Amino acid sequence: MPTVGVNRDLLFRALGRTYTDEEFDELCFEFGLELDEITSEKELISKEQGDSKASGASDVILYKIDVPANRYDLLCLEGLVRGLQVFKNKLDAPRYTRVSPVSGQPQRLIITKETAAVRPHAVAAVLRNITFTQERYDSFIELQEKLHQNICRKRSLVAIGTHDLDTISGPFTYTAKPPGDICFKPLNQTKEYTATQLMSLYKSDSHLKHYLHIIEDKPVYPIIYDSNGIVLSMPPIINGDHTKITLKTKNVFIECTATDLTKAKIVLDMMVTMFSQYCSKPFTESTENIAQLLTRMCLLSRATGVGDEIEVEIPPTRSDVIHACDIMEDAAIAYGFNNITRTTPRTYTVANQFPLNKLTELLRQDLAAAGFTEALNFALCSQEDIGDKLGKKISETRAVHISNPKTAEFQVARTTLLPGLLKTIAANRKMPLPLKLFEISDVVLKDDTKDVGARNSRRFCAVYYNKSPGFEVIHGLLDRAMQLLEVKSARGDGYHIQAADDSTFFPGRCAEVFVHGKSVGRLGVLHPDVINRFELTMPCSALEIDIEPFL
Amino acid sequence: MRQGGNEVFWELDVTSGLSRASYGSNMADTGVVEALLRLVEKADDGVDSVQVASRLGVDHQVVVGAVKSLQALGDVISADLCSSKHWELTEEGTEIAEQGSHEARVFSSIPLEGLVQSELMKLSFGKIGFSKAMSNKWIRVDKTHEGGPRIFRTVDSIVDQVQEKLLLLQKGSGSELEEKEKNELKKRKLLSEVTVKSYWITKGSSFSTTITKQETELTPEMMANGSWKEKKFKPYNFEAMGVAPDSGHLHPLMKVRTQFRQIFLEMGFTEMPTNNFIESSFWNFDSLFQPQQHPARDQHDTFFLSDPALAHEFPQEYLQRVKKVHSEGGFGSQGYKYDWKIEEAQKNILRTHTTAVSARMLYKLAQQKFTPVKYFSIDRVFRNETLDATHLAEFHQIEGVVADYGLTLGDLMGILHQFFTKLGITKLRFKPAYNPYTEPSMEVFSYHEGLKKWVEVGNSGIFRPEMLLPMGLPEGVSVIAWGLSLERPTMIKYGINNIRELVGHKVNLQMVYDSPICRLDS
Repeated sequence: MPTVGVNRDLLFRALGRTYTDEEFDELCFEFGLELDEITSEKELISKEQGDSKASGASDVILYKIDVPANRYDLLCLEGLVRGLQVFKNKLDAPRYTRVSPVSGQPQRLIITKETAAVRPHAVAAVLRNITFTQERYDSFIELQEKLHQNICRKRSLVAIGTHDLDTISGPFTYTAKPPGDICFKPLNQTKEYTATQLMSLYKSDSHLKHYLHIIEDKPVYPIIYDSNGIVLSMPPIINGDHTKITLKTKNVFIECTATDLTKAKIVLDMMVTMFSQYCSKPFTESTENIAQLLTRMCLLSRATGVGDEIEVEIPPTRSDVIHACDIMEDAAIAYGFNNITRTTPRTYTVANQFPLNKLTELLRQDLAAAGFTEALNFALCSQEDIGDKLGKKISETRAVHISNPKTAEFQVARTTLLPGLLKTIAANRKMPLPLKLFEISDVVLKDDTKDVGARNSRRFCAVYYNKSPGFEVIHGLLDRAMQLLEVKSARGDGYHIQAADDSTFFPGRCAEVFVHGKSVGRLGVLHPDVINRFELTMPCSALEIDIEPFL
Repeated sequence: MRQGGNEVFWELDVTSGLSRASYGSNMADTGVVEALLRLVEKADDGVDSVQVASRLGVDHQVVVGAVKSLQALGDVISADLCSSKHWELTEEGTEIAEQGSHEARVFSSIPLEGLVQSELMKLSFGKIGFSKAMSNKWIRVDKTHEGGPRIFRTVDSIVDQVQEKLLLLQKGSGSELEEKEKNELKKRKLLSEVTVKSYWITKGSSFSTTITKQETELTPEMMANGSWKEKKFKPYNFEAMGVAPDSGHLHPLMKVRTQFRQIFLEMGFTEMPTNNFIESSFWNFDSLFQPQQHPARDQHDTFFLSDPALAHEFPQEYLQRVKKVHSEGGFGSQGYKYDWKIEEAQKNILRTHTTAVSARMLYKLAQQKFTPVKYFSIDRVFRNETLDATHLAEFHQIEGVVADYGLTLGDLMGILHQFFTKLGITKLRFKPAYNPYTEPSMEVFSYHEGLKKWVEVGNSGIFRPEMLLPMGLPEGVSVIAWGLSLERPTMIKYGINNIRELVGHKVNLQMVYDSPICRLDS
C-alpha cells in the first residue's frame, strides 16, 4: 500500500478548513484511507539519522496517508484534495475534456519499429498554460516518482518524461538506437555522454542504478528526439538537460514509454488530470440517491429514468473501475460501509470437519495426555537440516526446492519433522530432563501424480531426550498411539516393528514400523553424529510415522 | 540481628516453613521444653524467658527455641514478645569489680616511704590511676625529691566507691544507684546499657505439661490400627506451592487454532482440505483475477520452486476463460488488457494464501448443481518477506467463505459481527480497502480497550464476478469471504511480543508448559 506524505497546512488550505487529527483520521477512514503517521521532516530525519542532523530541518507537520494500491489518482496532494472535496460534496466531480491548441494542430509523436525490440509503446500529452509554484512543482515531481514506484513497477512497465514544450518543436520521434550512437547532455550534467558512457556513469548513482537493468542488455536503447534532433529523453533512465522543466515553464510535454500500453495510458491520464487544475482552463469545465453518491466518488452519474438504471461516466482518473461491481463499491463507500444494516445470511449448511484434521486434533490431545509436549516448527528449512545433518543425501530425499530463498533457512520444504524437534530441544537445553516432544504436521514430498508435482504428507513425530536413550519410552509411545488408533499388535493385520538400516539411527537400534503389512515410518536411537550435528550432547530416541494410513 | 547501639535481638529460629516437610525438624531439647512448661505451670501470671534461662542455667536462645516449638503445637502456651533494658559491666568494669579501681590500686601500691613516679607509671593501671588518685587528693607528688619525682600518700585509707558501685550492679542490685552515677560509669566505659528481647510466657488455652509427639502424615498403618484417632498431626504450611504434575502440554498457537475451528464448526462451516502447501500460480493468483504483473507475484514476495518448477495439469476450458477475462475482459468486465501467459500461470510456488484452496473449492462447487456452502480453513501460508518481530516467512491464515444466492455486504458485516462476537470482540467498524479479487473490500477494525484505539483485525470482501463467473458459478451467486492471521490474536492473547518465541524451534518450552487454556471470549 503506497504512502503519500502531504504538508498538513497546505492540505487544510486546499480543503478549505482545518481538522483535528482525530477528525481527519475519521474522514480518511470513511473514504478508505488510513492516516498512518503524523510527523515532520525534522522528526523523520532525527529518527533516521539522529537528532544532530535534524536541527536545521523543517518543523512543518506532515501527514503520512496510506492510499489503496489501485487508486493512483490519490497519490498526490492535488488528487487527494479533489477526491476528498468531491466526497464531502464541496466540489462537483470534475469532467475532463481535451482542448486543441490555438494553432489548431495537435503535437505528434512518431513511434518507429525499432522500439519493438526494447520498449514498444509510447503515449504523450501536453498541459498548456500551466502555472507552477515551488509547491506545485514539488508535487508534480513527487507524483511522477510515486507512479514510477507503484503502477510503473519501478519504471519497468512505464516510464514518464516531462519536458518544457517551448524549448523544443514537434513532431517528436520515439525510436531505438545502439547505445554507441546515442549522445546527449543528460539532466543536470554539464557535458555530453554517449549512452554507453551514461550507463557506467549511473552505475554509482544511488537513485538511477536501480533502473539500468531494464535496458542494459538490449541491443538498442529507447530514445526520443524532437524535429531538430534534440534529445528529450532516454527512457526509462534519464531526460535530456535541454528540455528541463522550471518554475517558469508554461507548456509541459509529457511522454510515457512502456512495455504495457494499458498501464502507459493510465499513467498519462493521471499526470494530465492531476495537474490540469493548474492550467488556465482547469479541467476546461467541469438525481437520484445512488447517482449522487457515485458523483461524490468522482463518478459523474445520473438516473436514466429507465427502471433502476443509472448512467455513470468514468473519468480518466479512475482506471480502477473495470466492472459494474467497482461502481457499486464506490456507492457503498459514499453511503458509508458502517451505515449499512448488518444482516444474517439465511444460508443453511451442516458443518463437517476435514477427516485428516479431525484425526490430528484427537491424536494431539491424547499424545499430550501421554506426557509429550507439542512443538510447532517451520515447514521450510535448509537442505542441510533434512540432508547432511540427518546423515542423508539431499538428492535422495523427495524434497521440493525453492528457487529464490533469501536465506538458507528457506531452501527446501521439510521432508521430515525430526530436524525441527531436534532444533527445538537444542534451543531448550537448559530445561530439566527428560525432554519429551511431539509434533503432528505436514511435510512436503515430490509426487508426479499430482497436478503441481508435489503433495503434503501428515506426520507424527516424537523425540525423547535424556541421559539414557529411552528406546523403550519411544516404543511405548508407539504402542500407545496404536492403541489409540485401534491397531492391535500383530504381524499381518496389526502393527509390528522390525529391524532396519537407516543412517539417521545408531546401527542396530533402528526399526521400521509396519501397519497391515505396509511400512509407515521408523523409530530408534539416533546416531551420535546426528545428535552432535544438532548441537546436542545426550542420547536421544525418535519416532516418525505417516498418519494418513489411519484415516 | 544487631540493630545498632548495644541492642541485641534474639533471633527466632523457627521461622522456616517454605516446605511443609520441614515441620518438626527443629524440635527443641525435650528437657528444656518440659522444664519450661513446669515453670509456666507454677507461675500465676507467667514467666520471662530470660529469667527462665538463668534459672535453668541455659542460654537464652535455647529457651527461645523451646518457646517456638511449643507455639508450633497450637495453643499450649502463649508467648508475647517484650523487651527490657538492663546494665551490664564492660570488660574493664568486670576487672575493676574484681580488683578495684585503677586509682585504688595506685593508692595501695604506694608504700609509706613513697614511690618514684617513673616506677608507678610502669604499672598497667599507673597512668589512669595516677590522675584519678591525684584528683581525689589521695596522693601527692614531690617533684624536688632527690632521685627524681616521688609520690606519697596524703590520706591513711580510702573507700573505693567505683568498685563498690560496680559490685552492686554485678549482683543485679543496680536499682540502689542513682541514674547520674550509672551514667558516670557509662562515660568511663565501665558500664553499658543492653536491651534484651524476651518472651513473656503464659499458659495457653490447651496448656499441658506433657507434650505428645506430632505425626507428619497419615499412614496406612495408622488407618489400619485406628491410631490416627489419638495422634496429633503437624499443621501444614498452606503458603507453600504444590509439586508440579508430570504432564505433556499442547502448543499455545495450536490451542488457539482449536478454538477458531470450534467457532467455525459452531457456525456451520465445513473445513476445506488445505493440505497442499505447493500451489500453481494459476490457482494462487490467476483464478483469483490477480493480474500477472501484480507486485504480490514478484520474487520479493513469493517463494517460487525450482523443483518441481511447473504445474502441468489444468482444467483447460476454465483456463481459457480465465485467460480471456484477464486479457480481454468479459462477464461485464473490461479485464486488465494485457498479454496473459500460460508460462506465468504454470509456475509453482508455496501458496501465499489459503484463498488458493477456496478457489479450487469454488471451482469444484461450480461443476455440480449449485448448493449454498460455508467453508473455512486454518493453515499455513508462505511469504518471501523481510522478517521482523511480528513477521515470519510462514504463518497461519484463518479464512471463512460463504457462497449463496443474493448475499450482500450487510450479510458479510453481519456474519463478521457474529464471528468476532464469539472471539469476545463486539465493537467493529469497516474501512474501504483494495484487494485485487474482492470488490467491495473491507478492512475490519475492532476497538481495543487496552490500547484505546481501533486496530485492524482482518480483511474481508465479496469475490469479484471476474473470479466467480469464469468458474461457472451461476449469476446471482455471491461469495463473501474474510481472513485473518492466527498468530496475531494468539500473541495478543498470550502477551507475546516476538513471534519467534511463539512459532518455530526457538520457542521457550517453559512458556508452552505454563500457557493457560484458551477461551477466546473471556
